[in-house]
Amino acid sequence: MRFREAFGAAFDALRANRLRSALTMVGVIIGVASVVMLVAIGSGAKQEVEQQVEGLGSNLILVVPGEFSFGSAPAVSRLKLDDVDYLGRVVGDRQAVAATVTSSEEVRVGTRSEYVTVSGTNENVPLVFDRPLARGRYLSAGDVATRRRVAVLGSEIATTVFGDLDPLGRQISVAGVRFRVIGVFAPLGSAFGVSRDKEVDVPVTAAQRLFGVDRIDALAIKAPTVDSVDELQGRLVAALEQKYPGQKFSAVTQTQILGTIGTILGLLTLVLAAIAGISLLVGGVGVSNIMLVSVRERTREIGLRKALGARQQDILLQFLIEAVLLTSIGGLIGIGIGVGAALLANTFTSLPAAVAWWSIALAFGVSVGVGVFFGVFPARRAGRLDPVVALRTE
Amino acid sequence: MTAGPATGAPAVEAIDVTRVYSLEGVEVQALRGVSIRIDEGEYVAVVGPSGSGKSTLMHLLGCLDRPTSGVLRIGGREVAELSGNELAALRNSRVGFVFQSFQLLARTTAVDNVALPLVYGGVGRKERRERAVQALTAVGLAHRLGHRPAQMSGGEQQRVAIARALVTDPQVLLADEPTGNLDSRSGGEVMAILERLNAERQVAVVLVTHDHEIAERARRQVYFRDGLIERDTGAA
Ligand SMILES: Nc1ncnc2c1ncn2[C@@H]1O[C@H](COP(=O)(O)OP(=O)(O)OP(=O)(O)O)[C@@H](O)[C@H]1O
Ligand SMILES: [Mg+2]
Repeated sequence: MRFREAFGAAFDALRANRLRSALTMVGVIIGVASVVMLVAIGSGAKQEVEQQVEGLGSNLILVVPGEFSFGSAPAVSRLKLDDVDYLGRVVGDRQAVAATVTSSEEVRVGTRSEYVTVSGTNENVPLVFDRPLARGRYLSAGDVATRRRVAVLGSEIATTVFGDLDPLGRQISVAGVRFRVIGVFAPLGSAFGVSRDKEVDVPVTAAQRLFGVDRIDALAIKAPTVDSVDELQGRLVAALEQKYPGQKFSAVTQTQILGTIGTILGLLTLVLAAIAGISLLVGGVGVSNIMLVSVRERTREIGLRKALGARQQDILLQFLIEAVLLTSIGGLIGIGIGVGAALLANTFTSLPAAVAWWSIALAFGVSVGVGVFFGVFPARRAGRLDPVVALRTE
Repeated sequence: MTAGPATGAPAVEAIDVTRVYSLEGVEVQALRGVSIRIDEGEYVAVVGPSGSGKSTLMHLLGCLDRPTSGVLRIGGREVAELSGNELAALRNSRVGFVFQSFQLLARTTAVDNVALPLVYGGVGRKERRERAVQALTAVGLAHRLGHRPAQMSGGEQQRVAIARALVTDPQVLLADEPTGNLDSRSGGEVMAILERLNAERQVAVVLVTHDHEIAERARRQVYFRDGLIERDTGAA
């Protein structure tokens, strides 16, 4: 029998049992929709983080003490403030090195207060990172040298503590110590619902006194050119390990951070997709079940078709197509719902869902595959039915 | 063995055929050594008590089943040597079945029901329809082409089934109690059609019936009892 006739017979059978077909599809629909949506959220997250890392600046190298690893706090610090000058000489440009020491502290103006990340930094930050100011000026070399108690506020914390007032020149209290606001950053927006505009920058010297430490958490270096990044990375570590014999330092480049983030979030996306895939599998079992019921119900029809000359493979094909039709129609609907949900999430929530075209192709391919896989068993059973026995069935 | 009154070439032939069913270890001998030859154009009535093996023989003659032992030839080819697909092709082209319970696809129109064997014969859509309309016209149902089984009387449904059995131009038409579910008037119509087709088209008809009046109208009667042929009026 030609494919078209088998297709027609399968389609008619599905249409005759509309409600049952629809209910059977629900499992596949849910599975496919969740695959598409979760992958969209995963890839959206990846894109956004990557954009943010790229948005930090270009040709960046981050130097931290100890072994570098994501997620763990810096080890007992051995980086000192004079390493800014030291590495500046290694790079050949003292202005290419930014230092940070951070702590979460309470920022207060009158009765309004909030715990935010307070960064002790130096005057090179605007040269190393792309972080424009909306108002005022950034910390100067003099501010750092004289440990002046001045602060540059993120746009959101500025609004939180000052409301509509112009913050420039006003006092804030950071961990109980008074600082004068000299600048406000331009807004950066938020990532995953967490605002990036709540940071407060103060001179690194003032921060060290405020936090009661003499360490530097990290140094950020801007390499003069793209090509010099890798070579510089090695030289920076070597220089530090020469200065502090027996100690360990690590340097990661922006590209390496992007790679690691890509790997982690890619893996996360895969795990999400796999979890969603399980529901697709459950949907497949449902299809198999309904197909077995369908074969049993239509035993007489199968016997008749065989009596009229249908071969085993004709019957098999008809029922296999029926199963694949169920899952692929379910798959298409699921893709529609998944894409729709991703777009809705994008518009109405802070989830940066980005529909990945490969996930659509994959989801559709998998639903067809599920149909074949779970349809083969019932279809073979149908194909093998003994026509005499089948015709006798009531 | 038998001398057919018609063209003389054997359409189907069974030589010492047995069919044993095993049901949970218990063996049921449905046929215990049956020899019969149906020539082209013959008209044979098969009669016998319930359980005597009439339907079993029909299934064998129609290639729906294989004998446990013995030789079965359809159109000169030995069934034992044929693959499943070759048997399906034989069923499709050489044999037409008419069942007691019509066996029409419920959601399918008369034309499409009749065209179904042609689908498995690989006939194109347009030709399928033409031939199905012809077959339906031959059984007097040219005005019921688009009707579904539920919209037709029992007699009409059985005539659709006859058209379907006929549409591939088979050598043998196997009718297992075709009037069993019909009142006497539509039963009479169905019988008249079978007789006319046999006369006009030289298609051999093998008819299982419990109705002695119907059996007497056939040129040849085969009497079954306990899986054996008790008497065959056509046998030499
Ligand atoms: N699939 C089967 N499995 C087991 N036994 C069977 C099977 N089919 C038929 N039989 C047995 O074979 C014997 C012959 O059955 P068959 O259907 O050929 O009788 P029949 O002459 O057509 O009877 P009826 O006039 O009632 O239709 C019966 O005893 C029946 O029980
Ligand atoms: Mg019977």
